[in-house]
Amino acid sequence: MHELAITEQIAEIAIRHGEKNAAMKITDLYLVIGELSTVIDDSVQFYWDLITENTICEGAKLHFQRIPAKFRCQDCGKEYPMVDGELAPCPFCQSNKMEILEGKEFHLDSINII
Amino acid sequence: MTKKISVVERVHSANDQLAAENKQQLLQADLFSLNIMASPGAGKTSLIEKTLALVKPDYEIAVIDGDVATSIDADRAAEAGATAVQINTGGQCHIDAHMLRNALMELDLDQFDLLLVENVGNLICPASFKLGTDKNVLIASIPEGDDKPYKYPAMYQDVDALIINKIDLLPYVKFDMEYFQKGVQMLNPDLITFPVSCTTGEGIENWVNWLTEHIKDKKVS
Repeated sequence: MHELAITEQIAEIAIRHGEKNAAMKITDLYLVIGELSTVIDDSVQFYWDLITENTICEGAKLHFQRIPAKFRCQDCGKEYPMVDGELAPCPFCQSNKMEILEGKEFHLDSINII
Repeated sequence: MTKKISVVERVHSANDQLAAENKQQLLQADLFSLNIMASPGAGKTSLIEKTLALVKPDYEIAVIDGDVATSIDADRAAEAGATAVQINTGGQCHIDAHMLRNALMELDLDQFDLLLVENVGNLICPASFKLGTDKNVLIASIPEGDDKPYKYPAMYQDVDALIINKIDLLPYVKFDMEYFQKGVQMLNPDLITFPVSCTTGEGIENWVNWLTEHIKDKKVS
């Protein structure tokens, strides 16, 4: 359910930046979403179409750039990706201690306006 | 004709801003505050009842209860001696900073030593919405299974304390504590953990000691 709240926040940010730049219309939004952030593209798109009716965002296309999760082993210092969406020990030294380098992102990167 | 505008703004920035304001407000009131998160049925309300029974004689406690509907949990907290405020989230799966701000307005914060915020039962959404409390606490429970840290990493990686409830059920349920702890350690090394049973009372004392230490620290600082 929290996709509704999230979608409202995306619209608020986009409209604020659009108005600041005297946009007649916002045509595209470029969102960056990390693999570890719990956001479902389809739901956001669904709510987006509903809540942006009669705003400068109406009909705007949402583009999602997914950032894969990346970890760094705190013991051997090597970096490794997440495989099959599951947490796993370091493939090089089997250590359990990891630091999340990438994958938690969730921001609106840019918009296209007319 | 189209023009690209760089935005680079976190989607949660509005909530984070309000959470920072809540934090400031709580700081001025010299009380210790917790955001308690868990899946439905893990024992949030039971833990709050147990905690109230042990902490209430010495401290004034407020409880803010978030639920999709009903005031059952707030009623239980009030019965156990706390000043309780209910937030009905109207279908929303988490409390956000704005809802907490409205609930805080109903309390005279200076009167209290401890504020417990009982979030909506959910392991996904509450992790994304900061509230501004001093600490975030997660309650896991034995019947949920030992794979939860692996399935809900966002929740496990950002909490400050972990309670493992219903340890009295360990003999009856398939739960590999080592596997569970390994997942926790991956995400959140050095996380302070309290194995407890709200039914038998086992381990509750350690949790309450941790809590009262923090209440005292807050009063001194």
